[in-house]
Amino acid sequence: MADATLQHHVAAGHGTEGEFEAPLFGAYSKKVGMWLFLASDSLTFGALLFAFSYNRIYTTPWPMPFGKDSIINATIMTACLLSSSLTMVMAVFAAQRHDRSWTRNWLLATMFFGTAFIVLHGMEWTKLIHEGLSLPGFPKPAGQESGEFAKISTGVPQFAATFFGLTAMHMLHVTIGVIYLGVVALRKWFLPILGVLWLAGYFLIPSDNVFHYGVQALLIGLIVSAVILFLKPKDYDAHDVEVSGLYWHFVDLVWMFIFPLVYLMSTKIS
Amino acid sequence: MHDVAKHDDSKGQYFWVWGALLVLTGVEVWLGYNQVFKDPKQMLEVLMVLSIIKSALIIAYFMHLKFETALMRWMIVISVTGCFVIMFFFFFPDANRILHLGVK
Repeated sequence: MADATLQHHVAAGHGTEGEFEAPLFGAYSKKVGMWLFLASDSLTFGALLFAFSYNRIYTTPWPMPFGKDSIINATIMTACLLSSSLTMVMAVFAAQRHDRSWTRNWLLATMFFGTAFIVLHGMEWTKLIHEGLSLPGFPKPAGQESGEFAKISTGVPQFAATFFGLTAMHMLHVTIGVIYLGVVALRKWFLPILGVLWLAGYFLIPSDNVFHYGVQALLIGLIVSAVILFLKPKDYDAHDVEVSGLYWHFVDLVWMFIFPLVYLMSTKIS
Repeated sequence: MHDVAKHDDSKGQYFWVWGALLVLTGVEVWLGYNQVFKDPKQMLEVLMVLSIIKSALIIAYFMHLKFETALMRWMIVISVTGCFVIMFFFFFPDANRILHLGVK
């Protein structure tokens, strides 16, 4: 990744036509912009994680609902994200050697792992909601009131609020990441795929499932992607792939804190 | 002259980092699932240390910060860490106050 950071020369004299001041951080502006965004986004997640920990400390007893199945599921989700980071690194390498087909292949592999994470997480949410863990605004599936976790939702509402708030925010970031990588990998070809996924999600997911409404994030992603791709069409280069990779690795990084805090600290003792 | 990135371009190191992250995740799951530390505070501390090591590996290698200029590296690390330290001192003494003294 030697050319990932600009090998810029010192601008000898400023004020001359065609010469610009050398960048402060020795990196191209898109990368600095993404780092600054990630720094601000890390504070968003930091605040949510601190709020979760605050609730975790002062609420006694804290519910411990995650059994063996949930922990195995969450561990596979973690492995998916870690593997997606590796494939993302490979995509950046391929982009830097101008290998378009392997760049696309590695990006698609990254998207596959990201999508697997979202699907597994969606299944986990659905299971917990069916067992009674819910928030007031959520649709109510049949039999939810008598589920194992129904008492938790009413007795310790902080648990459901912080669990769903934190994981929903992260799932939204992963979804945005998959759409971002899809735009970089496939450009306009990604729009019909996204449209089909949105329609399939909307019509196939039952209306008593929270993801029947959550899938609208794909429609918003479709509109935003279409505006970007039609208003500023471009051939994404190695820098674009590297910047999208920074975002993707950040999503992975945040999960490294959510997983132990939310799941491992609330493991059901058998 | 700006500090220009100098680093090893070999892909092998990224596989090692990926392997280390998977192993550390395995250790976390083992500690958490078997409730190795009975005191939740102690468990939290151990898990957070492991998570910080994992995040440092991701930031340094996958996000490539290790190979950026020193100015960029330190500015990002110091500013974000500083904000987290401030958040820590705002949140946790109050959480402990509620726990030990009750809401007053």
